[in-house]
Amino acid sequence: MLKTFSLGGIHPPENKFSAGKQIEVMPVPAQVAIPIAQHIGAPATPVVQKGDTVKVGTLIAKSSGFVSTNIHSSVSGTVFKIDDIVDASGYKKAAIIINVEGDEWEESIDRSADLVKEITASPEEIIKKVGEAGIVGLGGATFPSHVKLSVPPGKTCDVLILNAVECEPYLTADHQIMLEKGEEIMVGTQILMKSLKVDKAIIGIENNKPDAIKHLTELASSYPGITVEPLKVQYPQGGEKQLIDACIKRQIPSGKLPIEVGAVVQNVGTTVAVYEAVQKNKPLFERVVTVTGKSVSKPSNFLARIGTPINNLIEAAGGLPEDTGKIIGGGPMMGKALTSTEIPVTKGSSGILIMKNEEAKRKKMQNCIKCSKCISACAMGLEPYLLMTLSDKQVWDRAEEEKIMDCIECGSCSYTCPSQRPLLDYIRLGKGKVGQIMRSRTK
Amino acid sequence: MSTLTISPSPHVHSGDSVKKNMYGVVIAMIPALLFSVYNFGIGTLSVVITSVLACVFFEYVIQKYLLKGEVTITDGSAIITGILLGFNLPSVIPLWIIVIGALVSIGIGKMSFGGLGNNPFNPALVGRVFLLISFPVQMTSWVKPGVLPMSFADITSGATPLGLMKEAIKTGQTPAQILETLPSYSDMLWGFTSGSAGEMAGAAILLGLVFMLVRKIITWHIPVAVLGSVYIFSALLHLADAAIYAPPTFHLLSGGVLLGAVFMATDYSSSPMSNKGGIIFGIGIGVITVAIRVFGAYPEGISFAILIMNAFVPLIDKYVKPKRFGEKPAVAK
Repeated sequence: MLKTFSLGGIHPPENKFSAGKQIEVMPVPAQVAIPIAQHIGAPATPVVQKGDTVKVGTLIAKSSGFVSTNIHSSVSGTVFKIDDIVDASGYKKAAIIINVEGDEWEESIDRSADLVKEITASPEEIIKKVGEAGIVGLGGATFPSHVKLSVPPGKTCDVLILNAVECEPYLTADHQIMLEKGEEIMVGTQILMKSLKVDKAIIGIENNKPDAIKHLTELASSYPGITVEPLKVQYPQGGEKQLIDACIKRQIPSGKLPIEVGAVVQNVGTTVAVYEAVQKNKPLFERVVTVTGKSVSKPSNFLARIGTPINNLIEAAGGLPEDTGKIIGGGPMMGKALTSTEIPVTKGSSGILIMKNEEAKRKKMQNCIKCSKCISACAMGLEPYLLMTLSDKQVWDRAEEEKIMDCIECGSCSYTCPSQRPLLDYIRLGKGKVGQIMRSRTK
Repeated sequence: MSTLTISPSPHVHSGDSVKKNMYGVVIAMIPALLFSVYNFGIGTLSVVITSVLACVFFEYVIQKYLLKGEVTITDGSAIITGILLGFNLPSVIPLWIIVIGALVSIGIGKMSFGGLGNNPFNPALVGRVFLLISFPVQMTSWVKPGVLPMSFADITSGATPLGLMKEAIKTGQTPAQILETLPSYSDMLWGFTSGSAGEMAGAAILLGLVFMLVRKIITWHIPVAVLGSVYIFSALLHLADAAIYAPPTFHLLSGGVLLGAVFMATDYSSSPMSNKGGIIFGIGIGVITVAIRVFGAYPEGISFAILIMNAFVPLIDKYVKPKRFGEKPAVAK
């Protein structure tokens, strides 16, 4: 029987319309807006000014702390201004806006298509390069990758797990990367293994991608230590905690990180970026984005420069349909509803999902009927119905006791609820408040 | 493009609804209904229909005129209460008594606590027990299967196997002797015995259980815990002294154990939220049921057992938590 995680989970319709669509390279836009906060942690500090000329790969904002990372120009041209723009969060945030002139890359970047297999960098050099290249978790969480690779003193890592689950419905970016960049994934995995000083790596892929499983299994036979683990299709298997549980049957204790159980998880797309950074000197300035939806005429996977307005991608996928009611950055389970089509592609943009009017609105909420289906769905073993009530009644101490902070916000509870109750909305509010209280306590 | 909707994730829904679950339960009860109409005649049908209509009517009146709020009678929950109340009554009970039962079930059992999802006790059982205490004669006048009486006077009354067993043991007969005079286990499973309208059709009730499990309306925990504990507890007693305690199969197949375990104890709102809690709840029901049957004044105890355990649900929910992720000790090197 196929492996999967132990608690809860759901299986929403997969709707992977763009599966098998070759990655198309998007044309470079006339102007890009590159936000300085594209990752979890402190926003980067701009190091360019209005009027500066930049090339593709030029550092334009540098890491401002341990949990932060560099940002590079994705185009060549002139810095037009540094201004606040609305990003995927819906808030105005600082971005570096660059007018594009030509497409001139930094000379240090190896633009050839040759596969560089030999890894000369030392573990420390790898971590340094990953940090300098501005690599973050490309699955959508955008946690700076070099931080994950820096195993804290006293902890040991014995296995690297590659997240190739792509459990969000609709999204196919990682799937297509696996089909087209298999060798790069293998070398990237070896680089990550070297930096973590482990001799074992497991690539977890859900069984709905048999072509990717077959392809990577074949490749892995010539790379010692790397195995492919086909997993049962079950959302939210792409959650770090769930994936580790599924692959190696270790559960991360409440409030702890994967390293606690000796594991580090990296996304497959990230692994390709690591390969490019370490072997090709290429910083992270472009990524694969799925553009999809029931009404989209040409669901596609695009390789787009960071800062490209999502409108360009939507146009390339056949244009915005008349009856569009919602545009989501990411997948339907955890993605964010976007406020406009001017929002730029960022490091965390795994997909753009267009929803029709009739799909966009929620139905009316009814009484909780205590069916306990939210409990059965919860991958963390929580009681969403109770956490919602506690948040609503503002009983924060009890919410903390009931482990509200363990919630990974996968949305399985709200998805499942027969009464259409906005369980996760309330739990998020509660997490915000309880988190605040916990932080003030440690001060 | 019109205006864009901005809302937090998730942006998709399973399509499950209160109605789907409630009408799923209604569908699951249809085999039992058909079976009991076949066994006890058309009287069963009039009992159940009266009960359903009265329950829906009272819910409508209370929501519309008393609470002056939204009327939700189409969600199917009042229909379930109506069918279950009907199933718990003898098929020859005067219809006006049913109307009183429906008023107590819906008015006191359900709406006074805030309606759907808020009732601490199973509403149908609240009505049933109210009637049992208020109208003991009419509530225990059962009819023999296969006889179709046209009025209350025509009843060929037949005591239930449970009642016969209880009385006979008092006169010094052993369960084995009594069993010879009672309907066979297969007759009991197929519902060819005296009893309340919908309680007797064991096989049909189990068919409903399978349907609800397949449709994921309920989980197996509560029914299995109730039936398992009834069987085990009565088996222990039987092993201790077969001369005064009836065998476990008899306890499992007689009275309302099957109906209670499958349709009453599994009521969403009056049962525990966690699977572990459901098992504790089910074991409590099983043990109390057998205890009442064997040691108590009434021949049957499932209704009381469920209501008693209903009262423990908030306590169970407070202390019995689902297995949290990460509680299992991590095995890091």
